[in-house]
Amino acid sequence: MMDQPSTLELVTAVKEFIEKHAMPQLTGHTAFHARVAANALGIVARELEFGPTASAEELGRLESLLGMKGSLEDLNRELCRRIRTGDIGMTTPGVGEHMRATTIDKVAIDQPTYSGFKAAAKKT
Amino acid sequence: MSNQPDFADALAVAVKRAVPSVTSIAGLKRLSGGASQETWSLDAVGPSGTTPLILRRSPGGKRMERSSVAPSLETEAKAIRLAEKAGVPVPSVPYVLREEDNLGPGYLMGRVEGETIARKILRNPEFAEARPKLARQCGQILARIHTIDPAQIPELKPTDAVSEIEQYRSLYESYDYPHPVFEIAFRWLEERLPDTPPRLTLVHGDFRNGNLMIGPDGVRAVLDWEIVHIGDPASDLGWLCVNSWRFGESQNVVGGFGSVADLLAGYAEAGGKDMTAERVRFWEIFGTLKWGIMCMTMYQAFAKATDRTVERAAIGRRSSETEIDLVNLLFPSA
Repeated sequence: MMDQPSTLELVTAVKEFIEKHAMPQLTGHTAFHARVAANALGIVARELEFGPTASAEELGRLESLLGMKGSLEDLNRELCRRIRTGDIGMTTPGVGEHMRATTIDKVAIDQPTYSGFKAAAKKT
Repeated sequence: MSNQPDFADALAVAVKRAVPSVTSIAGLKRLSGGASQETWSLDAVGPSGTTPLILRRSPGGKRMERSSVAPSLETEAKAIRLAEKAGVPVPSVPYVLREEDNLGPGYLMGRVEGETIARKILRNPEFAEARPKLARQCGQILARIHTIDPAQIPELKPTDAVSEIEQYRSLYESYDYPHPVFEIAFRWLEERLPDTPPRLTLVHGDFRNGNLMIGPDGVRAVLDWEIVHIGDPASDLGWLCVNSWRFGESQNVVGGFGSVADLLAGYAEAGGKDMTAERVRFWEIFGTLKWGIMCMTMYQAFAKATDRTVERAAIGRRSSETEIDLVNLLFPSA
């Protein structure tokens, strides 16, 4: 067991350092890249916080959709394969719900301010 | 930039060839943006005043290997001149660089004043009167681009829906990383390919916020003709509707500023043919998928160490924004 602070706290500390202390001293391209860097750390922080639950739920949905067990990557590859062969399509029961739930969780981590995310989240 | 004095001298000579009675150039500066080409701002100075200009040339003045679809800078200049003749608002191109200029391939064009930053165009009060007009204007402009006779510019490569879908599918497959939403979108598109292929026309290829110079009076110039090609005219209208180019103003399907009805009305007014909301939607869905795969491509530049910036790395995580848009488009009631 690692000592405190947690990885989430460390990443948040670095993000706050960039935003509150480094960025005000930067200009032009470097300031822009610092903002992108802070945003990237925001993704990391949200993934540390919500990723494990999102992945567990995605895995559960994939297992019931495909009727098999495997890693998240293996099952996603299998889902892609079945869509390509036509075994699974848009009207397959559960596909739409799986796509929506999985993608909402991805965007909640990657870009929670995105307009399409707000539109999608309203429906759940 | 150790060779900048040489560059500036060579450019001054070229500008004197381009604009009669010019005595010198001033205010030369490199502009940001335009990753694949160099863009410079400068003023041509003469006894009758100054002419604001833009130089576009290949990076370092070297002739680059371009992707299979991208035209040469000379062809790009030719397309802009044809568009101007067809009544499209564009910066005039007074001069295409020659061998003896020693500046590499490129051209000079007029520098048009206005705003390209979408967030300002969509929110700032000075554009309030322009905004409701923009969708119709874009329709009219696209119709004019699409009426240019492709035979006048045989250098451009044709590509239809079938070949575009194939091109992006093979790119996506080459990255070997599973995106079930993209797979569903590919199937949806492949099952809806038109029975009779539509007439192909000159298309701009990147007609969207960011490449449109806007003033309080409306569209002043269509910029960035880097991927002009021969294709399905509906692709230009659909690309303008991709949610990522609405910059948060999702309720306005066309660029965050207008409606498809206005876009189609403007298109028909200016002589555009056979355009339907259904064709636009097909290309909106293709465009959304294409932008998602472009995000994967930009991440690849980071992963393969050709561009180790945090920006290139982080953009890979923008694929999911196109996935949520595709889910909203393809599974509206799921």
